[in-house]
Formats: sequence, C-alpha cells, structure tokens
Amino acid sequence: MDADGTRWEHRSAARVVPPARPRNLARVPFVELADGRLQGVVSSGSDIRRVYVSSITAGTHAYHCSTNNNRPCGGLRGSPCGHLQALAAEAAVQYGADRVARYLQIDLGDGASSGADLPGRLHGRHEPAPAALVFSRFLRHLAYLELPDTTEPIAELHWFPATGAAG
Amino acid sequence: MLGVQLADLADGAPPGVEGALELVAGLDDGLVHGLARLGEGHARALAALADAVAATPLGEPVGDAVEKLAAGSVADAQLTALAGGRAALLGAVHDALVGRLDAALARSRAPWEQPPAPPAATPPPADNLLGGCRSWLRELAITGWRGVGHELVSASAQTLAALLAEPGLRRLAVLLDGLSAELRASCPVATMRRLPVRRWADLWARAVLLSQAGDWPAGPGRRPVSGRLLALGVDVHEHGTVVQAQVHGVLEPAGGAPARLVRTSVAAAKVETIVGPALWRLLGRHPVLLGALAERRSLDVTDLPLLDSGDLVWRDDQARAAEPADPFATARVRLAAALAPPVPPLDRHPVRIAEPVLVEGYSAAISDGGAAVTLDLGGNALAVDLDRLPTCGPLTPGLVAASSACLGLARWDGGGWRLQPLAVQATARRRPVAVHNGDWALGPTDPKVVKAEARAGDAVAVLRERAGRLLRR
Repeated sequence: MDADGTRWEHRSAARVVPPARPRNLARVPFVELADGRLQGVVSSGSDIRRVYVSSITAGTHAYHCSTNNNRPCGGLRGSPCGHLQALAAEAAVQYGADRVARYLQIDLGDGASSGADLPGRLHGRHEPAPAALVFSRFLRHLAYLELPDTTEPIAELHWFPATGAAG
Repeated sequence: MLGVQLADLADGAPPGVEGALELVAGLDDGLVHGLARLGEGHARALAALADAVAATPLGEPVGDAVEKLAAGSVADAQLTALAGGRAALLGAVHDALVGRLDAALARSRAPWEQPPAPPAATPPPADNLLGGCRSWLRELAITGWRGVGHELVSASAQTLAALLAEPGLRRLAVLLDGLSAELRASCPVATMRRLPVRRWADLWARAVLLSQAGDWPAGPGRRPVSGRLLALGVDVHEHGTVVQAQVHGVLEPAGGAPARLVRTSVAAAKVETIVGPALWRLLGRHPVLLGALAERRSLDVTDLPLLDSGDLVWRDDQARAAEPADPFATARVRLAAALAPPVPPLDRHPVRIAEPVLVEGYSAAISDGGAAVTLDLGGNALAVDLDRLPTCGPLTPGLVAASSACLGLARWDGGGWRLQPLAVQATARRRPVAVHNGDWALGPTDPKVVKAEARAGDAVAVLRERAGRLLRR
C-alpha cells in the first residue's frame, strides 16, 4: 500500500523507472544498461572527432574498449582503461550506484556507493566485443534530438507524468 | 473546490466502478502470465469480461476471442477484441468518474457530438510498420510480463526506429518507446518484486488499438478560434525520450461567446539525460507560450484550431503575450463558469482525467516522514500527488505543505482522487509567495538551481554538438 492507501499494482500512472539524475555529459555523452551490458560512448580527450565505445558485461564482468572503428583502446593493459572507469563513474551518477551494481551483478558490500568504487569490484577479463552495435545505438539516441516538435496533443502521455528525481 | 464538494466527490466509488475494474484486473492478470497458457482462473476471468460486454456491439468479437483464446489460439483479431473490450470498460469507468466530478463541482460540460460521417476509410499509413508493432505486442501477450527478457524487448528496436520517423504515427511511437524502455529497465521481469500490472496492461491495450489503423485524430472536428487565453497552469509529461507541456486555461472567445476550458500542448523528443529545467530549452521553439507562462501573462490568439476534445492546437506565430494575468485570479473569477470540453470516446480512460480545480481554506498535514501531504478541507481529506511535482519547475513538497491555496488538477488513479498541484500560494520566510510549475519556462529563477545547472553543463548543447559531428559523416 502507498501512503494514501492505493495499491501501486493498480495504478495506471505508477512510476516504474526513476528518472535519470542530471550529470555532465561532456566526457561521457552516452551510457545505458541494455542488452545485458553497461555500455556507452566516451569522447576522446585529444581528438574531438574520435569516440571510444566501452562496455562491461553483466555477470562475467568481461570488459572492452575500442574506437567506434574497432581499433582497440591503447589504455587496455590487463585492466580497465580510463574510458571504462569514466563510463562506470558516470553510470553511477545517472542511475545510482545501486542500480548499476544490481544490473552488473556486483556485490557492493557495505559502504560502497559511488561509481569510483565500481571498477575495483569487477573481476572480469578483457574480451573483445563489437563496437558497431553500441555506436549505432548512440547515433539512434542522438537522432531523437532531430525529430520535429509537435503541437497536436499526445493523450498517451497522461500515462507518463513528469516526476520528481529519485533520491 | 469546497469541503462539501470534496465530500461528494470522495463519497465512495460510483456504482459499477469496482465491478468494472475487477473485470479489467482479470484480463490484466492473464497478461502477467501470458495468454498462450491460460489457467482455469484466467479463462474464467476472460469469460466474465466477455459477459460484461455481451449486450454491446463488442459482444460478438470479444465472446469469439475469449473462446479461441481458451482453445489456445492467440492471433491479432482476438487481442484486438480484448483490448477493445477492456477500453470500453475503462471508458465507462471514466464516464462515471467524470460525471461524479462534474456533479460535485457543478461544472457544465459540452456534450460529445458524434461526427456526422465516419472519417473516410483511407488505407492506413505504413501498414507494414503497424504490422510490426502488432506482432511485437502479440509476442508480449503470448509470453506474459513475467517471461519478458532482453531479447523480446530488443526485438522492438527496429520497428520503433521506423515508427519514430513517421510523423503520422507519433502517438503510437511515443507510447511504445515508453513501454519498451520500462520493460528494458525491468529485465529480466521474472526477478521483479512487484509488477505494474494495471499500467503495463493499459499501455499494451492502448498500443494494440493504436496499431490498427495508426493514430486516430485527437478531435475529429476542428474549427479556428480567436480570443484571449488565460493560463491556469502547466502539466508536464515526460518519459526518457519525450517531453510534453500541456497548458490548462480558460479561453474567452472573441465576439463574446461563453468562456471555455481548454488545453494546449507542445511536445518535443529528447533523451533521458536531458532532465530538470533544461527540458524547457527543448520547447524553445514556442517562445510566446513559454514567455507567457514564465511572466504570467494572458495570450491573445488568432485562428488557432480548436478540436472537439477542447485541445487548442498551438501555433506560436498566431499568438502574442498580452497583459499580466494571475492564474489564481483567473481560477477565482472564471473557472466556475467556464464550459468544460467533452472527451472523445476513444480517449476515455481514468488516467486522462485532469480537471483544473482551485482548492483553498484547508490545513495541510505532512505524514510519512515528508513523503505524503494531505489537505484537510472542512473535515474531508484530499491526498496530494507529490510524485507529480516535475523537476523542471520550482514546486516542492515543502511548499505544498506550507501552502494556503493550491491550483491543481483533480486526478483519479488506483481507486481514489488526488490533487496534482500546478501552483501554490504559500508563506515562505514570513512572506506570501505564489509558485507555479511554469515559472522556469524561460530558465530557472532560483540562484541555487542556476548554479547547479551551470555545474552540470548544457546537456542539450553537448548532445547537439556530438550529433552535428557524428551523425552526418
């Protein structure tokens, strides 16, 4: 029962996904928990036209990082590179460290609550993964910003109230 | 709203509502487990639903569908009939609730006039796309929410991308995008502690209906109106990839016709990392509307299309901001006599009930460690929907709890009425203040929020730069 005595299961406008928390997108413009991975895109610090595609697989914690053209990241020397660290840290800001840990099946234990702690708790190995899929999801993500506005009412959005940010 | 009106409104559910919702819940339970392997209880629940609509034009298709489902056949025709039967029941619930609300508030509502001829039967746009939607929705129904995993969710990606590119199918696209994002975030659903049973069934059924012939028109009739629009407040809708600001207001038509309650909406696509006050920047192509919200001014509008549903189709270049107008004054002087619009039959669902009301003369009580606020209005309790305070506006639970007057929307969900605040008059630091959802439409006015925004950087600008560099290479 909710505070006002109505059952969440019987509510049409029940909140299922907490809204993303605000974060600075400059270094890591795209993060998602999808397809059984924490994956995303990290902008190169030195070349504004280059991006890295980084991913960590749920369960096995296998990780990979490469440019979007599949050139392996030079920072991967037996441990997650700076891009992967940044990805995990920004994911923890966006979703909350708990949700990321739950998705990746990481045992946070007690006290660990920031994204900086996440990579230290991963015990996976480097396993190459194709970057193309993630990169194309990023491009699709960006394409939303190019869709035209509409002023015809979208009645379906009554099911999607804007809600306060979690926590 | 007065205490006696609230007492009338909250005096138990109207007759028949509980029974109708039980029938709906029976179907919804079936969708949890999947319609391909109906247990005896589920089959009985579906048969009860068929009985309930037996005397209506839906009687035959729903009866037929339930028989075939019980025999293990799950095809589009059966799912469409079920979704239709469910929508009819919820439409009846909607009508009973709106009837109760109108009676309690003494609100007059224009009757729905069925358009003289059904809209011309043009072939639906992009039938293969709609077919793709239907087949994904069928897979969901067969599998049941409990069985949904990454693969089934990802299967919608291609169809969705194509849908979004089709302007005539925007409503269906927005709906399916919202549903698939929730399913993705919940995967594997089998491990969820509890399921949003009513909600997902609602979204599924709505999508099934919208994927028959594409989006139906919001109001079949539309005629141009001119006059003065006095905003009451703005209701913000949002999921990961869309934001819609829906302004409720009173329209005083030019020429002296009676004032009407109207809504006008502007929506834009977004991504989930654009949140908070930055949302308004996505709607920046409507500066006259946003300016009137932020500065609390009335609007002079010329020849805007007004739909039968009471929706005014916004065109920023046909409006100009006029003199200052306090929404609380508008509500006190104009709300009681304004004519409310009818609701188009296909849009009748309790979730769409959003009736502007002014509540004052209450005492607000906080409970549950600040998580709930209840207004006591002459001995009658009205719960406040604190979940619906958007991050793009300045309203907070604390302000609501400290308020003496509240402009809001009467909403019904989960078996009860609640008040969604759009604006409050309160006392803060011993001074009277009025705080509105739309106050930050031209940018936040609170220095602390401005600072936090600056720290987080401009998400819209970062993503537009990335899009400009990466999308067209």
